[in-house]
Amino acid sequence: MISLGLDVGSRTIVLVAMDEGIADSVILETGVNPLRRCQELLAERSYQKLVITGYGRHLVSSALGGETVSEIRSYAVGAKYLYPDCCTVIDVGGQDCKVTLLSAEGEMLKFEMNDRCAAGSGKFLEVMSKTLEVDIGGFSDLALGASRVVHINSLCTVFAESEVVSLISRGVESSAIAMALHEAIAARITSMVRRIGARDRVVFAGGAALNKCLCRLVSEKLDIEITVPPEPQIVGALGAALIAKAGAHFQNAVIEETKPRAFK
Amino acid sequence: MTTTDNRQMWEELGIDLKKHDMLMNALPPIYKEIYLSQKSRPKGMGFFDFVVGDIHGIRVQELRQHAKNGTIVVATYCVFVPDEIILAAEAIPVGLCAGAQFSVPIAEEVLPRNTCALIKSSFGFKLGRICPYVQTSHLIVGETTCDGKKKMFEILSESHPVYVMEVPNKKTQLSRELWRGEVKSFKDVIEKKTGNKITADKLAKATKLVNDRRRALQRLYKARQSNPVPISGKDALLVTQVSFYDDVSRCIQQVNALCDELEKRIADGKGVFPSNAPRILISGSPMAIPNWKLHHILETAGAVVVCEESCTGTRMFSDLVPETGGTLEEQIKAIADRYIQIHCACFTPNEERLDDILRLAREYKVDGIVHYNLQFCHTYANEAVKVERALAKEGIPLLRVETDYSDEDAGQLRTRIDAFLEMIRR
Repeated sequence: MISLGLDVGSRTIVLVAMDEGIADSVILETGVNPLRRCQELLAERSYQKLVITGYGRHLVSSALGGETVSEIRSYAVGAKYLYPDCCTVIDVGGQDCKVTLLSAEGEMLKFEMNDRCAAGSGKFLEVMSKTLEVDIGGFSDLALGASRVVHINSLCTVFAESEVVSLISRGVESSAIAMALHEAIAARITSMVRRIGARDRVVFAGGAALNKCLCRLVSEKLDIEITVPPEPQIVGALGAALIAKAGAHFQNAVIEETKPRAFK
Repeated sequence: MTTTDNRQMWEELGIDLKKHDMLMNALPPIYKEIYLSQKSRPKGMGFFDFVVGDIHGIRVQELRQHAKNGTIVVATYCVFVPDEIILAAEAIPVGLCAGAQFSVPIAEEVLPRNTCALIKSSFGFKLGRICPYVQTSHLIVGETTCDGKKKMFEILSESHPVYVMEVPNKKTQLSRELWRGEVKSFKDVIEKKTGNKITADKLAKATKLVNDRRRALQRLYKARQSNPVPISGKDALLVTQVSFYDDVSRCIQQVNALCDELEKRIADGKGVFPSNAPRILISGSPMAIPNWKLHHILETAGAVVVCEESCTGTRMFSDLVPETGGTLEEQIKAIADRYIQIHCACFTPNEERLDDILRLAREYKVDGIVHYNLQFCHTYANEAVKVERALAKEGIPLLRVETDYSDEDAGQLRTRIDAFLEMIRR
């Protein structure tokens, strides 16, 4: 039996197919027509069950069918599958940052998510790397080569960009600016992690986890070892595929007996 | 009344017709999607659909008619302004809405952007001349429940008669005395504005009337304690919102008629959501018409909102003014003492609000609480820290949401709410 997990994110669309284990995974750019992208992705495939997560989940599920699950839950399920002792999940994606605390059994206990803007997200890194004229892959290496410390105070993508411009105009080299930007976003992520009260093991997933400098800074600031899965971008789709495989109806579920009430 | 009559009236009121048309054209599709798409709505909501369907028409026409006959229309923004005083002077209180994104960019031409949406929306309605209620009113009564509003009223007073009541920030004896003085001064202001003397008899009658509206709304909220719930959170919120500006006697009649129907539904075990739908209490900032954003996201995600601990909810009507009568002085004191009991975050300390939230959570058998904070409302945002701690102690799940009237964060909100519901459903 093939179960599919589809993570329709703001920057990437990820598909994970599962049989007994992970059978296949695909990562594509979301582009301007995510629905068509998803249709193309699914066209050639035969599968028994599909669960969709990510920003576009409602759009895609209303057009193509399939249950939906929030990316907060799918990341939790995916991380727990890869690392059964995982208790904290950091997911920094295209347009937001989420931190989720899990019980030993994998239930979500608490989560934090940044508000509306792109501060502290992958988009922030992307915009800033463009300003410094490096591609997103080389941004981390540039920062790691910094030889002095400067600070960026603003986390707002718009304000930070003007801070960067003023640092450039003062002749500060781009490696130091890149490092300052990484520091700023790492501070934002770690304050969210602290707020929630992180517990070992901490798994860092999502596209921004591909950035080595960011992983190192988050680990240093939290003074805790951080686990980055070999393919951090597929964790959400993996979680969705696992939910599809388990056949659990997470959305609009009718589970009267098992549902705890705060007050009966 | 026909559309042509409305247009003529708006023109006479000095409404910016071009902008106003845009606003009026935007509302019906939104209302259709959010309200009319709901299943098995109570028949009694028909009245409220009608009122919203002609939101700037028939009620404004009524108010204008009264104004032409010499009645004073007093516009208010806050549950601290005592309607009893206004009604006792044979004037008409009208709660202004200030819940639309439409007027926010207009306000931002003058006010700082990092001001809460409620303030910007209300200011923009006046500045842009798109609210016929403001235009019809003879006086706007403001209050000092937040610094942003306080300063906005100063600027607003350049284009409309404004009177500001001072709401103290503590509940000490000294503060209570200040507030009693404020209510008394307000009486003098209204008497002067209307030319009508407020007598003990008139005030007792007005008190009874406003209490009857509170009783009707209490009855509505009581019905929401049932499971399955006989009315959606969206519909109940709309009833509360409309009660701010509708004729008081008609409002009482309509709400009670609706409650008759809801109580019948409860007796028959009929509901609008399955009995296992997560029951949510929303606590925090007020939601003025047409701000239905959070309720809509929650209820399309499978949850049901069963109570609002807010100024467009329990804070508006949960306490009555004692109807003991007595002299004018005694009655004014009773009114002042009732209003200062409102647990607004402008007070320090405000521990009673925490007690209220816990009590309501129990009474409405909620599965989780969403703390709703209008962005840049610092009092509620900071008080949320204490709410979070109090709820953690009781093991009640909480989701904190900070947002405004725009739709730009709808996707993020939906993600949080989906995850929150997945968490409390587990």
